[in-house]
Amino acid sequence: MKSKNHPLLGIHSLLMMVFIYVPIAFIIAYSFNSSRLAADWSGFTFDWYISLFKNRHVMEALSNSLTVAIISTVVSTVLGTLAAMSIRKVNSRTKAGMGGLLYLPIIIPDIIMGLSLLVLFNQLNMPLGKITIIIAHITFSMSYVYVVVSTRLTGMKGQLEEAAQDLGAGAWQTFRYVTLPQILPGIISGALIAFTLSLDDFMVSFFVSGPSSTTLPIYIYGQVKRGISPEINALCTILILVSVTLIFLAQFILNRGKGQKKQSVLPF
Amino acid sequence: MIELVGVEKHFAGQPVVHPLSLTIKEGEFLTLLGPSGCGKTTILRMIAGFEQPSKGQIMLEGTDLTNLPPNRRDLNLVFQHYALFPHMTVEDNIAFGLKMKKMPLKEQRERVQEAVTMTQLNQLVKRYPHQLSGGQQQRVAIARAIANKPKVLLLDEPLGALDLQLRKNLQSELKHLQRSLGITFVYVTHDQEEAMMLSDRIVIMNNGRVEQIGTPREIYATPTTLFSATFVGENNIFSQDGRLFAVRPEKLRAVRNTEEVKRTGEVLDVLYLGSIHKLIVQLDDEPMTVSIVFDFTDNRPWEIGEKVGVDWNDQDEVVIGS
Repeated sequence: MKSKNHPLLGIHSLLMMVFIYVPIAFIIAYSFNSSRLAADWSGFTFDWYISLFKNRHVMEALSNSLTVAIISTVVSTVLGTLAAMSIRKVNSRTKAGMGGLLYLPIIIPDIIMGLSLLVLFNQLNMPLGKITIIIAHITFSMSYVYVVVSTRLTGMKGQLEEAAQDLGAGAWQTFRYVTLPQILPGIISGALIAFTLSLDDFMVSFFVSGPSSTTLPIYIYGQVKRGISPEINALCTILILVSVTLIFLAQFILNRGKGQKKQSVLPF
Repeated sequence: MIELVGVEKHFAGQPVVHPLSLTIKEGEFLTLLGPSGCGKTTILRMIAGFEQPSKGQIMLEGTDLTNLPPNRRDLNLVFQHYALFPHMTVEDNIAFGLKMKKMPLKEQRERVQEAVTMTQLNQLVKRYPHQLSGGQQQRVAIARAIANKPKVLLLDEPLGALDLQLRKNLQSELKHLQRSLGITFVYVTHDQEEAMMLSDRIVIMNNGRVEQIGTPREIYATPTTLFSATFVGENNIFSQDGRLFAVRPEKLRAVRNTEEVKRTGEVLDVLYLGSIHKLIVQLDDEPMTVSIVFDFTDNRPWEIGEKVGVDWNDQDEVVIGS
């Protein structure tokens, strides 16, 4: 039976799509515009992408961003996974409390995260730079990894670990051969989310970065203050593409799994 | 083989298993039978090592197991919901225990082959658990356990999740397997028929206490408590002169004559069950019904509402404690 929706509902959805995606579409479109002025379209070109890769400042910011993203991803993935593993073993009240605390950085406004970390680093007399950005990114990424991995752990079929122990596996072997393969999709997808978040983060990085540690989003912000150039459009287009790809990949990996119920566990 | 000495278990101060001592003999098929929540699974999990007894000792062939972790106990558990590793093939599932013991590859292959043959899984070794039916998964779970040649196999309601027909088939397969392997089986179930059919001895449990231990025949013919008299098979409980006794439905006789019989009553229902038929009789002087079972050779017709005399032989009365 075909359900009939009110025609306004369709228009509403369409308007929502326009509202969300038109600004992005503009950025992408203008990154291929051969005119320097956003106002007129004078032809299709890849020039801005080429000049982007020749720009020393862009490349430096990119290298900073990648360094920060890779290190913070690795550390936050390990820490988030360990947190998810250990929190399972405690009693339910402690679990609720600790789980809530680990979840909090997802909810706390970025500006407060950034500010509080800045205050902390000042108190500790830590010079602002890549290290402080990495620490800051670990702080919020870890929560996402924790959430994704612990969801996966809860979804793990009961008694698998007991079965492994019963068959003679010690604690490490149980983890290595049973638990890890079961939660690996969660870990990978958590890592991809962490990487994306780190790459895209502006607010927190803005507070805790130093003179030599400009990341891509901070560079873009600095450039935009002097007017939007097509190069920036090209850079944004690349960032959008990378982020979307990584998040889709994360979702795909998490949902893959034979005969298991498909569910989205991304907290956003 | 296994000895439980004064084993008890409390959860948050509540006793789940009252002090229990039990000796399980070598090669025996022993069943822990009881309703859900009676503590039978807890006992099994204590033997396997997943629960620590609050008090008491568990011995396997004279050595104390109580403080050993599950992976260092020479026994294997077949889980109720199989707990097969979803990311491994049937073959790898079965070989898991052997790999953990670092057994040489050649020997591993032989053991896996042996277990596979015994459980008739030859065609399925390359499949993943999610590609198997419930009954096949159950076979893999058993094969995975017996490949380790444990001294004792623990089974936690292994057929509980299967439909009736499959259950019947697997019951006889299990019994067969146990005979040919000669391993001690400790089996947990709430299905009294299954327990009767499979076991050498049955431990009847209720509310964390042992009600009776005995062979199926002993349990059926001479129940010692009211619980075991009514939990295994159907029974009629009479109370007379302050004593309680049970008479099985097949030991009762229904007669037309209502004089010189032990009880009289009125037919409440007539049930035809194929190989047997059954009368439900409302007694005249007591507020209770009794069931009387006849076999297929007795074809006397009975009408609902008819007066009936109920009689039995004195030696068929089984006196039970309260």
